Amino acid sequence: MSTADATSARYSWGADEHLFVEMDEAMSLEAYFRSMAVVTALRERRPEGVIDICPANASYQVRFDPDKLAPDRLESLMREIEAEVGDAHDFEFETRIVEIPVLYNDPWTHETLMRFRDRHQDPEATDLEYAARINSFDDVQGFIDAHSSAPWMASMVGFVAGLPFLYQMVSRERQLEVPKYVRPRTDTPALTVGHGGCFGCIYSVKGAGGYQMFGITPVPIYDPRQELPDFKDFVCFFEPGDIVKFEPIDRDRYDELRGEAEDGRISIRQKPVTFNLEQFTADPDAYNERLLDVLNAG
Amino acid sequence: MPVEVTKPGLATTVQDRGREGYYHVGVPPSGALDQFSLVAANLLVGNPADAAALECAYMGPELRFTESTVVAATGAEVELRLNGEAQPGWTSFAVASGDVLTFGHIKRGARMYLAIAGGIDVPEVLGSRATYTLGGLGGHEGRALQAGDELAIGSAGDGAVGRSVPEDLWPDLPNELQIRVVMGLYDHLLTDGGRETFLATSWTLTPVADRVGFRYKGAELDMVQREQPFGAGSDPSNIVDAPYPIGSIQVPGGVEPIVLHRDAVSGGGYAMIATVISADMDAIAQSAPGSRTRFVAVDLEAALTARRERADRVSRLQGVLD
Repeated sequence: MSTADATSARYSWGADEHLFVEMDEAMSLEAYFRSMAVVTALRERRPEGVIDICPANASYQVRFDPDKLAPDRLESLMREIEAEVGDAHDFEFETRIVEIPVLYNDPWTHETLMRFRDRHQDPEATDLEYAARINSFDDVQGFIDAHSSAPWMASMVGFVAGLPFLYQMVSRERQLEVPKYVRPRTDTPALTVGHGGCFGCIYSVKGAGGYQMFGITPVPIYDPRQELPDFKDFVCFFEPGDIVKFEPIDRDRYDELRGEAEDGRISIRQKPVTFNLEQFTADPDAYNERLLDVLNAG
Repeated sequence: MPVEVTKPGLATTVQDRGREGYYHVGVPPSGALDQFSLVAANLLVGNPADAAALECAYMGPELRFTESTVVAATGAEVELRLNGEAQPGWTSFAVASGDVLTFGHIKRGARMYLAIAGGIDVPEVLGSRATYTLGGLGGHEGRALQAGDELAIGSAGDGAVGRSVPEDLWPDLPNELQIRVVMGLYDHLLTDGGRETFLATSWTLTPVADRVGFRYKGAELDMVQREQPFGAGSDPSNIVDAPYPIGSIQVPGGVEPIVLHRDAVSGGGYAMIATVISADMDAIAQSAPGSRTRFVAVDLEAALTARRERADRVSRLQGVLD
């Protein structure tokens, strides 16, 4: 059903090779799922001339070859799909839920954040202490509990290869929000679990970054040489639409998993799930519990 | 191996026409930033247009050949020497085993392309030999060349020497550029004054100009003051993280616009205000730090016309070299 007023998206050209469509200025799961629904429908039809279909948090982009697909034809197709999708309240898609073990407050991101204290809002606190305080938690553990209990949606994959942007599947009031560093760092360890604005992320490679650093995962999420079993088919682990559960681990478990990663035999725990937006919206917490049951079954 | 890298140059990478279809997971197209010069270099030595060649930024490498072959250099204007003897650009010439090829200082432009008959033979990754250094993917071990590297060459086709590209097909390489852009994306976050300033300023390219993006300085752009949408971040130039078109221009903090090129970061939280038309991306690739650029707003129709004109230029090149 189309509910034109509530769902009218904004279309704009990124010159002659990109159509950019913003579903909403603000982040919300509703805007994200509308974008996913449109993108999914486009993937099914995939006309000749479409090069890349890039869903993002509250927008999407189609990269196309205008020699094969005229821009006005692409735009009318996307508007037609948008009308068909409407508010996407009953959108359903096949995806997977994956478990990412995290050593919170680890020595490597700690060493890094101490080197860049002069670029931080609160040089006297760690990133976790700062995030816990401004999100009104009594202590760091309360923040870690909130961060690792409800699952997250990989609402966009990119910036650099394979880096997931994650939006927690809870109501807006319960979203964890932290500003980015005052000035970006020139260094972030690979596999850092970070957070900026309302988005979590996992840095797929070492490099510059501005997100607050909370911990590190031992499991590789990007493998350009395709040596690990999870990467036999493709170099990036994450795809938009993946559901992520962070699992707090201790140092011993971290070392054990790192050992497995170095031996080339680690693989990320994952289960296929069907995600249904209508059922999720009816009772997000109960639905999340069911998702976690799927992950933990068997 | 037929080619030894005795000096790597400043940023020499293996590039072809790029890999398509993986931008949705953050793997950008990569490939030669100046695609016209890549195609020309390949055709000169009898390679297919999409063969892998070397892209050499600012300061070229020193290469020692251990097999005889045919090579050609295109792109930036530079002194090219074989065993110390000057060689013409945009022309194929023979090299023999033991020969040493060197590049002098660039006179105009920023990137040279060196094609070798048979093409650089590195493994294809995701359908391309292009190097994406941020992700350590493709090319020679996913990185820029280092001294001591050795390169394999594919089997050569028709590598005739003495072929050349007529001068009227060489790129202009001006020090003052007019780059055509289509305004849009988040340009509504600029005030009218900010928009005027963007188009009226003669921007100077800073030394922060690499395969990811080209950063300019010259003015501060006024952004609309608004209540930031949920999730967008606190600065007026922040948006909810969105996909970045190749060629899009973002303006973090309203200062220093950045044009993303073929190793683009694929998305992020800075408002993009315009996109360089595809036909002018080669010219961006050849702009050197210190050069000055005016961005000229055109509509989509004009961008498509320019695209056709560029395609005609490539056809003429193919006609001359076939």
